[in-house]
Amino acid sequence: MEATIEEITKALDSERTPLISVLHAVQAELGYLSTEGLKIVAKKLDIPLSKVYGVATFYTLLDTEEKGENVIRLCESAPCHIKGATNILTELQDKLDIDVGETTDDNKFSLEMTSCLGICAVAPAIMINGTVYGNLTSKKLDSILDRY
Amino acid sequence: MEIIIDGQKCEAEAGQTVLEAAQQIGIKIPTLCYLKEVNEIGACRICIVEIEGKGYQTACTFPVSEGLRIKTTSPEIRRLRKLNLELILANHPQDCLKCERSTNCELQSLSKELGVEKVRFAQDSGGYKLDQSTPSIVRDYNKCIKCRRCVSVCEKVQGVKALYPNQRSFKAIISPGYKQELKDVSCVLCGQCIHACPVAAIKEKDDTERVWQVLNDENKHVVLQIAPAVRVALGEEFELPPGTPITEKIVTACRRLGFDKIFDTVFSADLTIVEEGHELLARLKNDGPLPLFTSCSPGWIKYIEHFHSDLLDHLSSCKSPQQMFGALAKSYYAETEGIEPENIVVVSIMPCTAKKFEATREEMEVNGNRDIDIVLTTRELARMLRVCGVDLMKLPAGEFDAPLGITTGAGDIFGITGGVMEAALRTVYEEVTENELEKLEFNQVRGFEGVREASIDLAGQEVNVAIINGLGNVDEVLTAIKEGEKEYHFVEVMSCPGGCIGGGGQPIPTTEEIIVQRGKGLYDIDQAKEIRKSHENPIIKEIYKDYLGEIGGQKAHNLLHTTYQERDQY
Ligand code: SF4
Ligand code: SF4
Ligand code: SF4
Ligand code: FES
Repeated sequence: MEATIEEITKALDSERTPLISVLHAVQAELGYLSTEGLKIVAKKLDIPLSKVYGVATFYTLLDTEEKGENVIRLCESAPCHIKGATNILTELQDKLDIDVGETTDDNKFSLEMTSCLGICAVAPAIMINGTVYGNLTSKKLDSILDRY
Repeated sequence: MEIIIDGQKCEAEAGQTVLEAAQQIGIKIPTLCYLKEVNEIGACRICIVEIEGKGYQTACTFPVSEGLRIKTTSPEIRRLRKLNLELILANHPQDCLKCERSTNCELQSLSKELGVEKVRFAQDSGGYKLDQSTPSIVRDYNKCIKCRRCVSVCEKVQGVKALYPNQRSFKAIISPGYKQELKDVSCVLCGQCIHACPVAAIKEKDDTERVWQVLNDENKHVVLQIAPAVRVALGEEFELPPGTPITEKIVTACRRLGFDKIFDTVFSADLTIVEEGHELLARLKNDGPLPLFTSCSPGWIKYIEHFHSDLLDHLSSCKSPQQMFGALAKSYYAETEGIEPENIVVVSIMPCTAKKFEATREEMEVNGNRDIDIVLTTRELARMLRVCGVDLMKLPAGEFDAPLGITTGAGDIFGITGGVMEAALRTVYEEVTENELEKLEFNQVRGFEGVREASIDLAGQEVNVAIINGLGNVDEVLTAIKEGEKEYHFVEVMSCPGGCIGGGGQPIPTTEEIIVQRGKGLYDIDQAKEIRKSHENPIIKEIYKDYLGEIGGQKAHNLLHTTYQERDQY
């Protein structure tokens, strides 16, 4: 792990404030940001560990826990809320039988909330891994989940 | 420049904030997250004012400029401030009746000042588990109002950087990191964050119950030691002016609580000087390793163990006065009194939260007996006295018990930055020059700047010393030493600003002005003492003669010296 992270920090050395890019790259490489991993990042970048944790837990796209194969992120900002994100959340919880922050037994899905995805026009919206889906309804949700 | 506050023309200086300019003319804008020069981040928005052309702004961050027109009060301003406060209160348990900060809490006073009558929002303070992972400090996330004052103090004043905001929005918490507790990180347990905290979200681990228990146990011989810095601060808990020395009252009060003997940490401070002075001279003679670092401040010890473990051999191997006291109480004192060390309980009253940790260090025992059993802070002692209804000022004067309560003025100034240095110089000077010191005060090493240095002439040898207070000042000095820019022989480090008088266990508030007053109190005590040089302490001479043998000898090493360990920085 140390070697991988060192490679990443070296590659991003020229950035003025490389922390966020480094965390994204480490997550892409290692799946999620483990405590061990964050410690190494702190050491390599010479940034206080508390700050590295703070940044890693602030951004919803950064995961500090091991996730399933596919991460479903439901938008929790106001427009989605008004358009029924809570219903979608209940649907997702029922269908997958997990709570926010949990992973299904078959390790296929993890469920997370996220701040605005920037596609309020098609609220309510979710993002699965890198793909966003808008104008959600219960039926649509089924067919989307089937694709994974 | 000229600005206009509430219709009144006034002078302000470039670089000032609206808050400071208003303070100058007697207008007190309410604040909460603001901590002068440490936390000026505009987080709580309690200090809202109206600035012509700029709308509503936070006074603590808004810089003055020529002709600025500011309104500090209006129905709308009052409404906004109150609303902001209500929103903060919605996430804060309304526990004032059973809260240790009650009547000494900035949030509580602010509620009163702003006239909050009810909170219109649903209550939710998070239901967090307390962090009780260390022997020193408890963090109560439910009471945290996220002002970040602790974050700034830990980073800027102490240089430890153990805390940071984690998570976001409703779940945001100010903590040592994701799922981490204080014990998992490089927090040095200095307790400076307690002084920074406006509410009861950070406090000492309360050990008073343990003391009540041993006081009630007839089979235990309970001896007390009281640190120098406590005697000039405890009075504040009972409405005396800061810095009032009340040593004799404290002794009587503690007797009332039921301790069998009341001894003095000033005694073991004298002993520390004799041992540490000897160590310094040996290192000067044998070429090092120099500089020698003092080792009486447990926060500093933990700091160097985490962050500069390559320099551990520079630390004096002397235990701190607290620990030396315990070691002697359970050996010399136990033997002369014919009491089994197992039946002696040593309680310390310390100005310090890190002392609680120090007492639990694995190194701190001799023959299976822990040097120290329980450590209370100044605040906890005040709590015990209050419960018993002790009216401090009406008590008759009392005296420390012999032998471990016989002291010199040099030990008293251990409680202030520069004091260990001065006490050591008084002893080392006479030892080396074989002349009596004409003037005992070493004014070169006194003061409150974060880093001070001086050169002292010891019989032709220049000895360069440095004094550091506030751990945030340590790195620049250590870097200068490592890079060979500075060649010191002896460096005193105290973790807290001002030294122990500003310790994390001292009465709240502890501010710069209050620290100066407490310092004056200690210098006055020293001044008034008959004997003011540690090596002239008659009991210490006797103990070496009858019990310890040689200074720095085998027995002294077993009892009074210790070792250190490398700790993770991350
Ligand atoms: S911290 Fe202050 S406001 Fe909160 S419960 Fe305690 S006294 Fe009351
Ligand atoms: S006790 Fe000291 S080191 Fe620990 S968090 Fe508080 S200020 Fe920082
Ligand atoms: S713990 Fe205290 S000082 Fe730190 S953010 Fe919370 S309320 Fe502020
Ligand atoms: S005191 Fe100014 S924003 Fe908190």
